[in-house]
Amino acid sequence: MVPVSYYLILSGILFACGVIGFLIKRNIITIFMSIELMLNGVNLSFVAFAAHWQQLSGQVFVFFVMVVAAAETAVGLAIIIAVYRTRETLNVDQVNLLKL
Amino acid sequence: MTHSLHLWLIPALPLIGAAINGLFGRRFSRQTVAAIALAFCGGTFAWVLFVCARFSSLTLPHSEFFAHWIRSGGFLVNFEFYLDQLTLVMLLIVTGVGFLIHIYSVAYMWEEGGFYRFFSYLNLFMFFMLTLVLAGNYLQMFIGWEGVGLASYLLIGFWFSKDSAASAGKKAFIVNRIGDFGFLIALFLMIKHFGSLNFGQVFSAVAPLPVETIGFGVLTSIGLLLMVGAAGKSAQIPLYVWLPDAMEGPTPVSALIHAATMVTAGVYMVARSHVIFDHAPNALTVVAIVGTLTALFAATIGIAQTDIKKVLAYSTISQLGYMFMACGVAAYSAGIFHLMTHAFFKGLLFLAAGSVIHAVGGEQDMRKMGGLKQYIPWTFLTMSIATFAIAGFWPLAGFFSKDEILWQVYSSPHGSWVFWLIGVVTAFITSFYMFRLWFMTFFGDYRGRAADVHAQPAHGHTEHDHGDPHESPLVMLVPLAVLAVLSAIGGFAKYWPGGGIEHFLSPVFYPIVAETAPDLAAEAAKRSTEYLLMAISLGSAALGLYLAYLLYYKRQDLPQKIATALNGFYEAVVHKYYIDELYATLFVKPLVDGSTRILWHGVDQGVIDAAVNDAAAGANHLSDAARHMQSGNLRSYAGWIAAGGAVVIAYMIWMGV
Repeated sequence: MVPVSYYLILSGILFACGVIGFLIKRNIITIFMSIELMLNGVNLSFVAFAAHWQQLSGQVFVFFVMVVAAAETAVGLAIIIAVYRTRETLNVDQVNLLKL
Repeated sequence: MTHSLHLWLIPALPLIGAAINGLFGRRFSRQTVAAIALAFCGGTFAWVLFVCARFSSLTLPHSEFFAHWIRSGGFLVNFEFYLDQLTLVMLLIVTGVGFLIHIYSVAYMWEEGGFYRFFSYLNLFMFFMLTLVLAGNYLQMFIGWEGVGLASYLLIGFWFSKDSAASAGKKAFIVNRIGDFGFLIALFLMIKHFGSLNFGQVFSAVAPLPVETIGFGVLTSIGLLLMVGAAGKSAQIPLYVWLPDAMEGPTPVSALIHAATMVTAGVYMVARSHVIFDHAPNALTVVAIVGTLTALFAATIGIAQTDIKKVLAYSTISQLGYMFMACGVAAYSAGIFHLMTHAFFKGLLFLAAGSVIHAVGGEQDMRKMGGLKQYIPWTFLTMSIATFAIAGFWPLAGFFSKDEILWQVYSSPHGSWVFWLIGVVTAFITSFYMFRLWFMTFFGDYRGRAADVHAQPAHGHTEHDHGDPHESPLVMLVPLAVLAVLSAIGGFAKYWPGGGIEHFLSPVFYPIVAETAPDLAAEAAKRSTEYLLMAISLGSAALGLYLAYLLYYKRQDLPQKIATALNGFYEAVVHKYYIDELYATLFVKPLVDGSTRILWHGVDQGVIDAAVNDAAAGANHLSDAARHMQSGNLRSYAGWIAAGGAVVIAYMIWMGV
């Protein structure tokens, strides 16, 4: 039996990778993938706890997260395509029209 | 309890008229505006006549409750109407003269801008004046008191684009505030000591109190404070300065508000409060002294004025002084009698002066008039009646009332021959300056054509060209004629069948004194003294006429010579004894300077504005700093979120949650 702390450390590493990727990358696709990485890091901790406490609700939550992530991906990719069509770039630093 | 006379209708009708004209008058034609104003004013007059007809069947004083107003513990103030002989006389004067002046104004103001505004204000004035007169308690009276001040302010500043008119309005209002301050304190004292402002309750609380002959008790204080209020409203020393300036308003306004009705409110108030004054002889003496001094003082200023309306304004102040003189010797009915005749002849004088001004195209300077007798015969005739009436010639109205006052100040226990002497001298001066005005305006040659009449049109008669002076339209002449008849015969109210006006008013002023059998011998002795005094005052009036005839008709070079001979004094009189300048240095300038430096620059700009501005500037700086977080850079947003999340987690770990 692998102790739950291992899972949590792996989950934290995954989440941190996602955050760092989100912060330092400029390509929208990469940023998007970093978000997925963060979500999956969190999912991992959910299932780890579900297994540890013998509770189903953690696993159910993971399904919810996956469904929402799938929907979000669909919308997000559509936005990325739209951005690319209008701005002809995927560099987020150049997509800054919302600036004050 | 007799059934209700619906006294509330009397003030309510002009209020409705004022509201209609004020709110919608802009869209109405002049005819409609005039019709509305006249209908509501006339309606009130008709209702007063109805009340008058039912008057003898009432138990007096007749009081009508209208609504509760203030209920605070045991202190109660209602909207209520109080009707007795004094009220009735005032009602008849206000609505009767007011209605005539409304009619006159239709023609006089026809070509002015703001026609509807004028009539709205005029009706508003009637509402407040009638509220004042009909009030059943001091607080309601105070509403009317303030309201007529407001209407007066609005009407003095009617030509508000003219700087002098606007500041004259302000002056009137501010000077009146000083008087109102005294009135208010008097009301507070009444609440404190009698727990009520209701006339009946206050008077019945005062009646059993001892007469304050010596010292400075509550009643004396109340009386003096009431007199301060009356001095403000009725233009007595030292608060008279606003009335001459008030002549900036249209002439019908001067006639209605600043001669016939509003300025007499102070006299009415003193007469209404006679119970208080009767118990405070010292206050009464002050009233008499103020009245006497004002009468003389204003009359002397009147001698040297060249503006026809200014002469009449000073004359009004002087005549009001007579009324206070009468009240000051506890001869209230003589004061009210003079108030009535004065409303007739002074209203007429102003309206006739308006007709003269109308005739010569807005000129008010008497030096540019003269010889108008042949151009405007009707105005001349009516004005002559008024002039003879105010000068006190038998058998015109002014003779009876002025003579009554002079007799009372001589014979009353509160009176003195000093008052009488000053009164007679004033009567002489009155006669002199009135005939000076008369001769300068109507006799000699017309002096207006030489100078440019249109140089300074004092009122807006610029549209139609003025060649020769012309007579006013019939609408203006009819009120003149009616007032002329009243000025001529009004004095016979003294000999009204059934006892005359003083007998009529006596239940108000001497409710306790029963009819005592007249002592015939003493009565005869008094009568002969009265006739002697009457002859003297008549003689002084005739002397004034003769002197004016000599100086301003026969030997027109003399006034100039006399003026040169009396150089310094004449200058002082022309400049109204420099009272305005004195007040400006003593009160106005320190106030303005203090307000500018301390209150405006110091408190307002330095503290209040600074606090508000600094708060706004601080918020501006803070948000300017925070604004940079909104860089538009996606990764910086993400960074803030991550940092925020880190802080939250760190906090939770730190707190051990």
